[in-house]
Amino acid sequence: MVKVFIYPSNSLILSDLVDRFGHEPLAMMQEIGKKIRTAGLDSPPINITPEDPKLGLKYAAVEVPAGVRGRMALLGPLLEDAEAGIIVKEPDISFGCMGCARTNELINFLVRAKKVPLLELNYPTTEDEAKAFVHKIRGFLNGLPGAKSGKEDE
Amino acid sequence: MSDDDDIISKMIVLHSTFTLPSDLVIKIYESKADITVKETCFGLIVEGKRSEVNRVASEIRNMDPSRIFIKERGVPPGSSNRCRASQGGGAKPGFHQHEIEFALLPYFTEALDEIERGEMPEIRDVTPPHLTIEKFKDIIEKEVKESE
Repeated sequence: MVKVFIYPSNSLILSDLVDRFGHEPLAMMQEIGKKIRTAGLDSPPINITPEDPKLGLKYAAVEVPAGVRGRMALLGPLLEDAEAGIIVKEPDISFGCMGCARTNELINFLVRAKKVPLLELNYPTTEDEAKAFVHKIRGFLNGLPGAKSGKEDE
Repeated sequence: MSDDDDIISKMIVLHSTFTLPSDLVIKIYESKADITVKETCFGLIVEGKRSEVNRVASEIRNMDPSRIFIKERGVPPGSSNRCRASQGGGAKPGFHQHEIEFALLPYFTEALDEIERGEMPEIRDVTPPHLTIEKFKDIIEKEVKESE
């Protein structure tokens, strides 16, 4: 089983496909869950604390906006654990925690700089593209060590 | 506390014409897992110890593998900080992401069915047709000749 970093990090489809084909998705939700469930004064709704932009200094310089550094405090540990990556290029769905263009650029750069096996795709818009999307992801994940074998491999 | 004892939530998104969220809930009750289940418009949210939630998620997925999609969720089910009932209505965080991906789920289901049947179609990248000036001139000349 390989830890696969997914981008967009909150994608249902990517998270599901990685899990389905026998690997562990590294997604923002895990980090948010840890923050929310750790008891303290900074329980929700303030789940990003003033400490987070300081942690983000590991990935971005001090003059970079606090929003980028705060997001990097969540995504940075995931990137460090990543043993492979699936990146969807320029998705339309950069909402919420993925809604910061500069953070997204930095994440894409850091994943590539890590030199792990990487699959880059476009977000599907049609039926054929969606099918190709699934088959490409399956092919990539099956090539990683510890993958669950697909039906036709049995 | 070990990783297996961590409390996590998972979203189970159902996109099926013959399996209902209530079927999934009954299956969870049968499994006697010590988890919290919330039935929602898109499927279920389950919360409990990581080991239990993962076991239940795996059993649920096996009910209808290509029509049930699962991902981890950061916020517990019914959290007053996210639930719209206590936040004055509107779309809750994460809704827009799911709204867009939900429309694509039938296509993913078809692709997963193909994998289940053992079909492996040739994957071709759809690229726009490459038209060179020479080829374009040939086409014009051909059209002109035909029209004469």
